[in-house]
Amino acid sequence: MRQAIINKNSLLVSAGILIVLACLPLVLPKFYVYVLALIFVTALLAMSLNMVVGHGGMYQFHHGVFYGIGAYTLALMLTKTSLPAWLGFAAAPVCSALAGVLIGLFCVRLTKLYFGMLQISLGSLVWAIAFRWYALTGGDDGIHGVPIPDGIASLIPSYYFILFLLAASLAVMYLILKSPFGNTLRAVRDNPERCEAVGINVRFHQLVAIAIATFFAGLAGTLFVVVEGSVFPDLLFWVLSLEVFIMCLLGGWFTFAGPVLGAAIIVALRTFAGVYTEYWTLILGVILILLIFFLPEGVMGFLEEKFKARTQTTSER
Amino acid sequence: MEWSETYTAAALGSHLLVGLSRAMILFIVTSGLSFVLGVLRVPNVAHGSLYMIGAFAAFSIVNVLGGGAPAFWAALLLAPLIVAAVSLVAERALFCHLYEREHLMLLLFTFALMLILGDLVKMVWGADYRSIMAPEFLRGSVPVFGSPFPKYNLFLLVVGPVVAVGLWLFSSRTRIGKIARAAAVDREMVGAVGINVSWVFAFAFVLGCFLAGLGGALVAPTVSVTLGMDHDIIIEAFLIVTIGGLGNMWGAMVGSLIFGVTQSFGVLFWPQFAIVFPYVAVVIVLTLRPKGLLKSVW
Repeated sequence: MRQAIINKNSLLVSAGILIVLACLPLVLPKFYVYVLALIFVTALLAMSLNMVVGHGGMYQFHHGVFYGIGAYTLALMLTKTSLPAWLGFAAAPVCSALAGVLIGLFCVRLTKLYFGMLQISLGSLVWAIAFRWYALTGGDDGIHGVPIPDGIASLIPSYYFILFLLAASLAVMYLILKSPFGNTLRAVRDNPERCEAVGINVRFHQLVAIAIATFFAGLAGTLFVVVEGSVFPDLLFWVLSLEVFIMCLLGGWFTFAGPVLGAAIIVALRTFAGVYTEYWTLILGVILILLIFFLPEGVMGFLEEKFKARTQTTSER
Repeated sequence: MEWSETYTAAALGSHLLVGLSRAMILFIVTSGLSFVLGVLRVPNVAHGSLYMIGAFAAFSIVNVLGGGAPAFWAALLLAPLIVAAVSLVAERALFCHLYEREHLMLLLFTFALMLILGDLVKMVWGADYRSIMAPEFLRGSVPVFGSPFPKYNLFLLVVGPVVAVGLWLFSSRTRIGKIARAAAVDREMVGAVGINVSWVFAFAFVLGCFLAGLGGALVAPTVSVTLGMDHDIIIEAFLIVTIGGLGNMWGAMVGSLIFGVTQSFGVLFWPQFAIVFPYVAVVIVLTLRPKGLLKSVW
């Protein structure tokens, strides 16, 4: 049975969610709108990571670097040059993708853990440079008070700007993953030897996936600057990358929207648990362990499984 | 010439020695990480947290016992044992149930452990900077190459090789060491001849964490002991293990030497970007030899 590329039901559900999200700023207090915007940014980052890890099977341990590169590129272009702002928004994801391909060129020669280790070391190299290059990046202080263009400087317009870009990016990623390219990518993930044997250029497909994913990670970075108005080297530090990894696990690797859910849970947890306790990473750690033991497929994977099981039993009856 | 004035043989020599003594700390920590990686095939992200616990525990022990040489030796022995106890509990209570799982899950488990241990350290010791003094006979410096060199760093230069030889003797001469090495190569076979693989893993994990604690206790007199030292060491340790060859103890030594010495010469040549040098070295090594310098057990 061939599946249609766009399922009618899921299209309706996404449209519904989008409308709800578009209406939320009308009723929610400002702080919640800000948290939602932060969730959108993080969700885009997690989705882009899932493309290489979940669908590509590559251990891109240090994905946060490309988020940081996007954020820094935009911040530097807005503060140090007088070029139009839209050029910054266009250049930042492209810079991330270039960096992604450059680092990827080294990494795709290796597999699994070796891939991950080389990736993390190259990423850390970028972090170390940004951390120390005071003249350009402001070193460990970062850059604060980035002049955001007037149209999206205040919270509510920036919320819609981010929501629009997130929705558009998710749609593009969905189409890419459903395309023949996406199928080939998953085939490469599951059996690279056989793919090589039938004439698929494995490394090329992996590199293209990395380029797309790092492009969207860079886009997420620019949106982070829009929300926070500042950049700092922690954006490039490996701890953030592992956190994004957890988001994908939490939501579910092999589902499309899982990482979005994971990002929402973690960002909300950090924001609201952070209000009550300074030990929120402890809570995160415990949740993660519970998850590994009881829900290894992630929340979304678990729900999908349940749903499938139910529809199957009803159809058997 | 200006060059010869700044970079005299004495300056080069003393930076080399500083780099080597830093490499000894790195070696002790990474050999533990490498051992766990070799036997269990798990990159233990919590290794850095255990190192941090070792340093904080050494601080508390020295404070409780009131300083002096006996307190220092007690700290060097007890702090790693405390760390080993913590890791044994974590391993037997949780980790051992996951060995059949996918690799990524094990990695994420150790990450969760890192998050938890980091906050537990914050609860127990607080977020302040702590420091301890080396005992009397290791304070001050002695002239080496005509410039003063801290005695404590010389002490590290002795301890590092002692630990290396001890580990080598342990893994090549003792029964349990041989079993651990065998499990690293073929765990099914080890199980098939009637050895309880789960306990071999537990032993390897605890030994590796003991070494992390020892590294933490040894580093405590030379740095300020603080939260966040786990994040810094773990990334360095991973890179060292990778360039040395996963699971290879001598590889950990070679990697540590490269890392420590490039860092120290970086300070001499271009202080602002000193931390960049070791990363560049790693990238060069991995570009030329993607699987590390020495033979990996993987």
